[in-house]
Amino acid sequence: MERINLEFPAGKPARRSALAGVVGSGDLEVLLEPNGAGSTAVSITTSVDGMGRIWEAVLTRILTAAPLPAAKIEINDFGATPGVVRMRIEQAFEELDAAGGTR
Amino acid sequence: MNTNALLKRSSFIELGARERARALLDARSMRELIGPFERFVSPWLAQQNVVTQADDGVVVAKGRIDDQPAVVLAIEGAYQGGSLGEVGGAKIAGALELAAEDNRRGVPTRAVILFETGGVRLQEANLGLAAIAEIHSAIVDLRRYQPVIGIIAGTVGCFGGMSIAAGLCSYLIVTQEARLGLNGPAVIEQEAGIDEYDSRDRPFIWSITGGEQRYRSKLADAYLDDDAEAILATVRELFRTGLPAHNRSDRHADFLACLAGVDAREQARPDAVRALYQKGL
Repeated sequence: MERINLEFPAGKPARRSALAGVVGSGDLEVLLEPNGAGSTAVSITTSVDGMGRIWEAVLTRILTAAPLPAAKIEINDFGATPGVVRMRIEQAFEELDAAGGTR
Repeated sequence: MNTNALLKRSSFIELGARERARALLDARSMRELIGPFERFVSPWLAQQNVVTQADDGVVVAKGRIDDQPAVVLAIEGAYQGGSLGEVGGAKIAGALELAAEDNRRGVPTRAVILFETGGVRLQEANLGLAAIAEIHSAIVDLRRYQPVIGIIAGTVGCFGGMSIAAGLCSYLIVTQEARLGLNGPAVIEQEAGIDEYDSRDRPFIWSITGGEQRYRSKLADAYLDDDAEAILATVRELFRTGLPAHNRSDRHADFLACLAGVDAREQARPDAVRALYQKGL
């Protein structure tokens, strides 16, 4: 198990919280909460060691391609592939806009 | 089966724990207690290098079913095999205890438990076992006032101490994908040998512990398709029926009498087991 913390530039604070995924085999849980304007902080706990550079590359691609709200993102990962990571994070951001989200 | 009917049907098994709870509660009535953002995670897993889930794999959802106060306790089978540790177990036990307390104060809160669990979480050992014992007591307390409905949808099934919890429920609903057993197949194979019980032989395993077999053996009260609407309709109907005349667990003498008639020299076959229980119960 390994913990990784990363930070990325972002826009205005996210308006609320959102949740996506489960800590199941090949999957991950994403908890997204509002953060102060201008930055998104990601804290990852992953069952797979030694993948820090890949996480950084994958998250840079997901979080800097388009302007996104500023969020605190907690990721609990159980061996998800980069494609699944992308889908779960995008799902969480979509939940922010959807009616009747987690909160 | 008719392909169109199958495509139109909304699966219950494919839903996660939170969505299953939402599917059973009246529209817009769901309110989650001790939700993921409160982060009551297992204090023991991280110490053993296991990644935690923010809700510890248990969803406590308050709301209404058929416009009556209800709580749905949903176990997430995808997280650690739905295993119950200190936190998740306490969430279920605590919610059931509060529902019983509601009833004593005149609020008719009823409960649904979605079993998707291999039983106790081995990493939390005795704390998980203690929590499961508390769940047992809480079910027995609450079922005096309101039905406690258990649902085993699949695909994890319901094993270990939680299979006893399923047996204590006022009513138990299963699907074809469900399995119910005190010991899981791998454990039986390990202890009794592959000749006795081949855990990889899926048709064999389901023929012994599967939902249909358990229903035909009178260990479950409803055998349903994997259809969220049908499951919801049955839950409502059972709550309307009210308390059963006899709880299954109160009929232990009848079950024991059936078991006394088993000839252990012969390997048990599914049809023989059905016949045994159907005759004696």
